[in-house]
Amino acid sequence: MQDLANADCIVIQGSNMAECHPVGYQWVTEARLKGAKVIHIDPRFTRTSATADKHVPIRAGSDVVFLGALINHILANDLYFKEYVVAYTNAATIVSDEFKDTEELDGLFSGYDEELGNYDPSSWAYATEGEGEDASPGTIGGPAAGHEHGHSTSERSAGDEHGSGGPALEHARVKRDETLQDPNTVFQILKRHYSRYTPEMVADVCGVSVDDFHYVAKALTENSGRDRTSAFCYAVGWTQHTLGAQFIRTAAIIQLLLGNMGRPGGGIMALRGHASIQGSTDIPTLYNILPGYLAMPMVGNHDTWDDYVAAIANKAQKGFWANADAYAVSLLKAWWGDAATKENNWAYDYLPRLTGAHGTYQTTMAMKDGEVEGYFLLGQNPAVGSAHGRMQRLALAELKWLVVRDLQMIESATFWKDAPEIATGELETEKIGTEVFFLPPASHVEKAGTFTQTQRLLQWRHKAVNPPGDCQSELEFFFELGKRIRERLAGSDDPRDRPLLDLTWDYPLDEDGEISGEAVLQEINGRHLSGERAGELADMYTDLKADGSTSCGCWIYSGVYAKGVNRAANRKPGREQSPVAQEWGWAWPDNRRILYNRASADPEGKPWSERKKYVWWDEENQTWTGLDTPDFVKTKAPSYRPEPGTGGPDGLAGDDPFVMMADGKGWLFTPKGMLDGPLPTHYEPQESPVQNPLYGQQSNPARRVFPRKDNLWSPSGTAPGSEVYPFVFTTYRLTEHHTAGGMSRWLPYLSELQPEMFCEVSPELAEDRGLVNGGWATIVSARTAIEARVLVTDRMTPLVISGRTIHQIGLPYHWGVGKEAVVSGDSANDLLGVALDPNVQIQESKVGSCDIRPGRRPRGEAILRLVEEYQSRAGVTVETSNQLKTAESNPTESNPTEDGH
Amino acid sequence: MGYLDRQLSGPTDPIADAAWEEPRKRKGFFTDTSICIGCKACEVACKEWNAIPQDGNLDLLGSSYDNTGALGASTWRHVAFIEQTSDRIEQARESGRRLVDLGMPVMPPSQPMSPPHTAGIGPSPAAPGIDSSGGPVDLVGGMESAVAQATMAAATGTVPDFRWLMSSDVCKHCTHAGCLDVCPTGALFRTEFGTVVVQPDVCNGCGYCVAACPFGVIERRPTDNTVTNHGNAQKCTLCYDRLRDDQTPACAKACPTTSIKFGDLDEMVATAQERVSTLRDNGFTEARLYGANAEDGVGGTGSVFLLLDEPEVYGLPPDPRVPTAALPDMFRKAGMAGLAMLAMAAASFLGRRR
Amino acid sequence: MDAKKTFLSWPVLRQFRSGDFLGRGPAVTSERTRTLEPRTKTADRVVQSVCPYCAVGCGQRVYVKDEKVVQIEGDPDSPISRGRLCPKGSASEQLVNSPIRQTHVLYRRPHGTSWERMDRDTAIDMIADRFVESRRRTWQDADEHGRPLRRTMGIASLGGATLDNEENYLIKKLFTAAGAIQIENQARI
Repeated sequence: MQDLANADCIVIQGSNMAECHPVGYQWVTEARLKGAKVIHIDPRFTRTSATADKHVPIRAGSDVVFLGALINHILANDLYFKEYVVAYTNAATIVSDEFKDTEELDGLFSGYDEELGNYDPSSWAYATEGEGEDASPGTIGGPAAGHEHGHSTSERSAGDEHGSGGPALEHARVKRDETLQDPNTVFQILKRHYSRYTPEMVADVCGVSVDDFHYVAKALTENSGRDRTSAFCYAVGWTQHTLGAQFIRTAAIIQLLLGNMGRPGGGIMALRGHASIQGSTDIPTLYNILPGYLAMPMVGNHDTWDDYVAAIANKAQKGFWANADAYAVSLLKAWWGDAATKENNWAYDYLPRLTGAHGTYQTTMAMKDGEVEGYFLLGQNPAVGSAHGRMQRLALAELKWLVVRDLQMIESATFWKDAPEIATGELETEKIGTEVFFLPPASHVEKAGTFTQTQRLLQWRHKAVNPPGDCQSELEFFFELGKRIRERLAGSDDPRDRPLLDLTWDYPLDEDGEISGEAVLQEINGRHLSGERAGELADMYTDLKADGSTSCGCWIYSGVYAKGVNRAANRKPGREQSPVAQEWGWAWPDNRRILYNRASADPEGKPWSERKKYVWWDEENQTWTGLDTPDFVKTKAPSYRPEPGTGGPDGLAGDDPFVMMADGKGWLFTPKGMLDGPLPTHYEPQESPVQNPLYGQQSNPARRVFPRKDNLWSPSGTAPGSEVYPFVFTTYRLTEHHTAGGMSRWLPYLSELQPEMFCEVSPELAEDRGLVNGGWATIVSARTAIEARVLVTDRMTPLVISGRTIHQIGLPYHWGVGKEAVVSGDSANDLLGVALDPNVQIQESKVGSCDIRPGRRPRGEAILRLVEEYQSRAGVTVETSNQLKTAESNPTESNPTEDGH
Repeated sequence: MGYLDRQLSGPTDPIADAAWEEPRKRKGFFTDTSICIGCKACEVACKEWNAIPQDGNLDLLGSSYDNTGALGASTWRHVAFIEQTSDRIEQARESGRRLVDLGMPVMPPSQPMSPPHTAGIGPSPAAPGIDSSGGPVDLVGGMESAVAQATMAAATGTVPDFRWLMSSDVCKHCTHAGCLDVCPTGALFRTEFGTVVVQPDVCNGCGYCVAACPFGVIERRPTDNTVTNHGNAQKCTLCYDRLRDDQTPACAKACPTTSIKFGDLDEMVATAQERVSTLRDNGFTEARLYGANAEDGVGGTGSVFLLLDEPEVYGLPPDPRVPTAALPDMFRKAGMAGLAMLAMAAASFLGRRR
Repeated sequence: MDAKKTFLSWPVLRQFRSGDFLGRGPAVTSERTRTLEPRTKTADRVVQSVCPYCAVGCGQRVYVKDEKVVQIEGDPDSPISRGRLCPKGSASEQLVNSPIRQTHVLYRRPHGTSWERMDRDTAIDMIADRFVESRRRTWQDADEHGRPLRRTMGIASLGGATLDNEENYLIKKLFTAAGAIQIENQARI
């Protein structure tokens, strides 16, 4: 975070940093006071725009066109950082000639499976040495990893597994042309792919003027290179799209081309929105991964331990993921202790199996369909905070039992008496059979533990006071619940109960008689179970073994308790140490503050420039050194070259800085791992008033859609009926509130600052629709209608897209209609439907289509009739906008690699 | 000037005038609105520290992102939001340029000038025609280096289509504080830090101070048994309790971008001058200082501001005058009669109070 | 002009003794004013913590007096936040001490129209019972091809992004061992 102060240019896109991360923004302010250029690219002029050098208004959901045009500009004008690109990225790598680009297939890549609505990525693979003899192109990035079709990888959100590194490749023998001239090099493919992404296309699709585009292009390229670095900052403005992961990939390509990755003042900063949302991904409360980004086993792919190990830890690939078997065994040992033995494959079969996507939205739909009996809500308020609030609330009403743990009486706990669906008559309190347990939790000062902040930094919170009344930490609650569940199963001889009964669940208690958080953190850190260091805590993940002699609850966190010291509690004041501040908290992995920082030095190991020195090779002492922990094998000289075919960390050369990638390179082109294409390409959102001008393929052909009667969409593009919902709406947060309001709408000091739900509209739209500042408006989507007070403001800019004016409407989403908060109001998330990004199963909530009209919404049942009237006028059916393939091409016929699969 | 002459107008040291045995350096705020992100942390930190009750009726004001409206009894820091399009921005820039041309106090003339700050460009030689006698300096003309000119041209050449000004307002802790001078009970006093503070245990809620404040800062908290200090006059104390323990006021401590700076007033003014120079050097001729002029109608304020437009735009009086400043003049004209009337007025009030 | 003071007898002497002739300084200070101390000074202890709102991870100092949190403000030692907090972080004390914060276990029975108070121990027991029953009822041993599943699709969870790593670890560990896989949090949203 502090490193942003070292940037010479900061592009904030898909984030409203000043509003949502105000204290982090001090580093942007500092950079700017030192002369850095700050650019904010966003549909709205926000408090970030107000304090940037430049605001570029953009149509929500069109970011790939803008960023793709920057790539085109960089390549066409030779503005990339040549030495960096050739040495550190896969630009020179040659891709299989079976690969077909979207430019040839009207918006589809080769390998599209129309039936499953997903890709077989085998044709995107790197060409292998010896290709053309007997190896099929499909082998790279394939069979050893259990050649997995995009359908099943999407189902298990495999994209999430790459939270700490790239996907496995079969091996590291790839063909390269360092002149970058071979037409099948990544470099040339990239050039061709983005050639139509021109400033004029940007103007036409994004509504950004050619001048504004050039302003950004100039600022970025002039502030990148040996002496200068630029940073990107993004947040959920990029992730909450059906193409979300590809938005971020586009920025990654730019940053690799400009040589900004792994360097001070560079990189891509993901600004996460919750105190430990990074931690809850690292040690996941997510369905598809285990701690440390190890995959949850999937039926058909990981049925046996051998299948699993082969899939996650290919010994032939380069990098540290080759040791994933050690991480997995150590996790199983941490959970099942002595019950995990070599003979039973470390209790691998105690793990339940996935059969598809089981994300929160799939779960909500299953719940609504009566398939889920019990639900725990732990500091989360989906009735307001999740997309499609209606579906969320109707689903809660189908549960047998619900446990809500929250500081305040949130809408998800009171839906049975004050959900909007009670007012419409769809729900009746007396008919809702859900049994609700409300349990108050401890606040952040009433328990000790670690949060992992947005830059992977673990910080220990000391406990200040005991929780009041019945309040109790989650740690204590789940420890207690686990004990009581185990008591109820004690003596069972049913094999299904073994995993619970064999679970290591004996934790020491602290001075208050509660489970010790430090003991849990030690289990996470890992320890030696046998051998001469038996009983000692692990120093680092390199200590971990696949032979059962170590345990570790989360391998990437290994080292946080090295030598028995809680390093997350390190608190050397910032002013007493360097700005990198390594003695404050502990960052994974191995306390590194900038990942891939080997790239801050040139291939010979010297800093690219004095101004941007960070980590370098000390020739005299034959070691890497610098301002941070080098993210590299410390003693591996820049000149080191492995024997061909060497796998694991030793397979990386002395100038392969991307140590978690299977070839040690930064990936401009992803031969594997992305499920909707090896290169980002522009698709329109699920709901859009605009026809995709680049391809016949309107929207992401691999996105996840759910054609259901309770999840309807407006027609898109030029489809008839799209004019019924002519405007784009986008949802967001305000500084004064926090997400669904559970931690802000109940506090008078925050509520008075933003007391009411409002919508932001341009003066032009207000004029057009008769909206008055301070008055009321009703916003109607294909799902429902909500009301909001109106703010008419020049901060909203109508954009001209393909000759047509497009209005955007801004909707903060903090309010809900519950009666218990200090302030309440309609919820913007009620307007949303559920359509997901295929890589990570995140919903598209940053863009949707709507109408707006003056006045308050109808009350009672009348609101249902209003919504139905719109639906019928637009001709909305379950199929509307849910067709995945709209391209004219037939990629399966042009892709011979499909044969035999 | 004699002690009494200084007491109602003109430059003076209010701490010495109040005869503190252990005077401290005068403390104050510098609010640099050019880096304010309008987050309102100052409003919340202030309310939390001072246990100020909820303000208003929880209504949307329809006034950009401002929903607290103005400073008052239960809002001691207030962030204004002003949305402007290019024509107004051009006017602000032009009015800033005029300030210099007219020798208006972009910088307070009574303060020694710091050298124009040229942000890494190096000292620039004085240009012909520049008044180097210590009066207002034409900073724009003072920048002669080609680099600086280029920077300036780049910035001035492009007036943005739109801007959103944010500014955190607070009590000015005036050198000549109308509220203090009219307080009949001694509830308001001048602290050893030169700030002006209400003592809630002394205040009787008469409300004279409310009318005497040229900035409309101080206000009586309505009578309401559910809140503290109801019925009393209330305003920013510059966190007097914290200052007594060498702690930073809550608002300045919280401010994420250091838009609110706190420290010795002379240093605050110097910092403010430097920042104004930097901005003007970069072509932002609309930048100007507010409140740091000892010759103004309140003898200079203890809270100074860097503004990017005319004060009225932020809801600040362009030429604040403490009403009591006219008193000596009145006395000269009315002689003892005036004093007697004032005494009678006070007597009758205090009589009523009992 | 000093007439206003002459009617108050008590500070007069101080006024002249101190030289605060106009009664605008030390002469008029009350006992309360003269002994004023910030509660950050009088606190029994100060505890280092981290802000619970966004993911910047700002350092907080929690001031405790008589086992009550009396103040939460930025920790100047933090190299990330340097003592600063946003409005939400600045409202943390209100989050902790909010008079409308729920501190009792409440229960809504099926088809009920209001909350009932419930003993926490009883509630946890009832939840454990329901957990075990739902798990048994919805257990899936194998799929239609006989491949092992060993899971329940009848129990789900949402939340964790504002919880501690240690808490998420126990949640994931317990639910996974129980065969419940639909364990999600805000990171998916």
